[in-house]
Amino acid sequence: MNRRRLLVPLLLVMALVGAACGADDEEASTATTSGEGTSTTVAAPEFAAGTTMAALQDKGKIVVGTKFNQLGSGQKNPTTGEVEGFDVEIAKLIAIGIFGGTLDDIGDKIEFKETVSGIREAVIQGGDVDIVAATYTINDNRKKQVDFAGPYVIDGQTVMVKSDNDTIKALTDLTGKKVCSGTGSTTPDNLKAKQVTPSELVLRATYPECADELRQGRVEAVVTDRGILIGLVAASSRAFKLVDIDVSEEPLGIGLKKGDDAFREFLNTRLEEIYASGEWADAYERTLGKLGLKTPEPPAVNKYASTGTATTLATTTIPASTTTAAGASTTTTAGGGSTSTTTSADGSPSTSRP
Amino acid sequence: MQFVLDNRGLFFDGMRTTASLTLLSFAAALVVGAVVAAFRISPIPPLRWVGATYVGLVRNTPLAVLIVLFFNGFADAGIIVQSRYLSAVIVLSAYTGAFVAETLRAGVNAVARGQGEAARALGLTFPQVLTVVVLPQAVRTVVGPLGSIFIALIKNSALAALISVQDISGVTEQLITTTGDYIPLFAAAAAAYLALSLPAGFAVSRLERRLAIKR
Repeated sequence: MNRRRLLVPLLLVMALVGAACGADDEEASTATTSGEGTSTTVAAPEFAAGTTMAALQDKGKIVVGTKFNQLGSGQKNPTTGEVEGFDVEIAKLIAIGIFGGTLDDIGDKIEFKETVSGIREAVIQGGDVDIVAATYTINDNRKKQVDFAGPYVIDGQTVMVKSDNDTIKALTDLTGKKVCSGTGSTTPDNLKAKQVTPSELVLRATYPECADELRQGRVEAVVTDRGILIGLVAASSRAFKLVDIDVSEEPLGIGLKKGDDAFREFLNTRLEEIYASGEWADAYERTLGKLGLKTPEPPAVNKYASTGTATTLATTTIPASTTTAAGASTTTTAGGGSTSTTTSADGSPSTSRP
Repeated sequence: MQFVLDNRGLFFDGMRTTASLTLLSFAAALVVGAVVAAFRISPIPPLRWVGATYVGLVRNTPLAVLIVLFFNGFADAGIIVQSRYLSAVIVLSAYTGAFVAETLRAGVNAVARGQGEAARALGLTFPQVLTVVVLPQAVRTVVGPLGSIFIALIKNSALAALISVQDISGVTEQLITTTGDYIPLFAAAAAAYLALSLPAGFAVSRLERRLAIKR
């Protein structure tokens, strides 16, 4: 049993090493042929005085809040000390839009600061960071405190079953089945929101334990983030597979200071640029793609109108008791036992405890 | 706080599960403990070794490890207990049984050597010596320590939540994701445990006084 437990981290390490090697190759090739289809040197654009972009150019550096412990999105490589992942790549591409340069040298102009889920609003409001790209789900609650550019990707939870299972094809098939997820995950809320009632919802401390339950036939499905499940599938030697079900949709955006509309406009435009140039897809392929996720279509950015208060999307029923204090935790406040329909959604709903 | 009150039904269910888990496991642990203690003090060396090995292994392994090892690990070896609750009862009683055994052994050692010798001189067999003469005296001296083991078991049973048994801890962990309000939920969990363990402690001290050997 121990050997199998070790397998998952081992595979992840191998994936990381592989990614690192890939990056080296790329570097070598850019030196000679100035890169193939990736970023070529971009000249620094001119920005109107007084904008955040101009201020950043003057400072010569952008501070980005990201996660340091989320494989594929933002993780500090223990050997190199570099932060790696999709969020990191997006931040680099944005920085190129401000300072010019290439993917290889833009790292000098970015300072990554570890930003865990609970402090994301606080570091934006306090000015500790210029932007946050940390699997940061866009939702109305958060829009009261910060603004979002993007979404730059739609993440979400999905379903893993045994490879020979052909009875679970849709989310509703989970009703009456035994389902496993992680202790502290938002899966129970997500399932409730979609009116799915498993016969038993098993919560285990780690996901390999859920994988055990699935293998031993104690549960029929495991529900959590795609990024986590893809790692378990990879480690299962084809015993498990993912089912094409979206349990929840988490539009991930870039957090910035509320009311800085010119900056938000710039970020949105820049995202559209990297969608069109293919740099977005390249970034996905060399990070989340390496874990086995298919590169999706880039999502349309939401250039919502600037408002003093949150824009209402009408689908959510969040009690008004949401705290407004800076740095307050962003977990949903479900008053009166009614489960709020928004997930408490940091972008990594199931990996991190609230 | 309101959230806790709205879900009090779940908490009461959790308390019932914790209570039944504890009582069932303790009853089984007394049996396991008596058998192992008998092995430990038996005149037959191989039995003593078996008893010593059991206590040595089980008592010195963390309960959390045993619970997951039994539920997930043994399943790989073909021993699959489907019920999470039953798995928890088995491991809790096996674990607690080791402590009961050592406590009973200490109690037996506290019975004056002459008692056993006298019983043997009267022609009683070894099982008779134990059940009729030695154990009844031994148990009375260890009511207090056994009570402590029982209260420890109430709290140890929280680890059953590791395999998703819906006891007080399991219910708390399930609810925590909805609000993320740790303080009220865990305060409620602590209150629920106290509501079980404080009366248990009280009952033990009363029992101890009633059974005390008047000297």
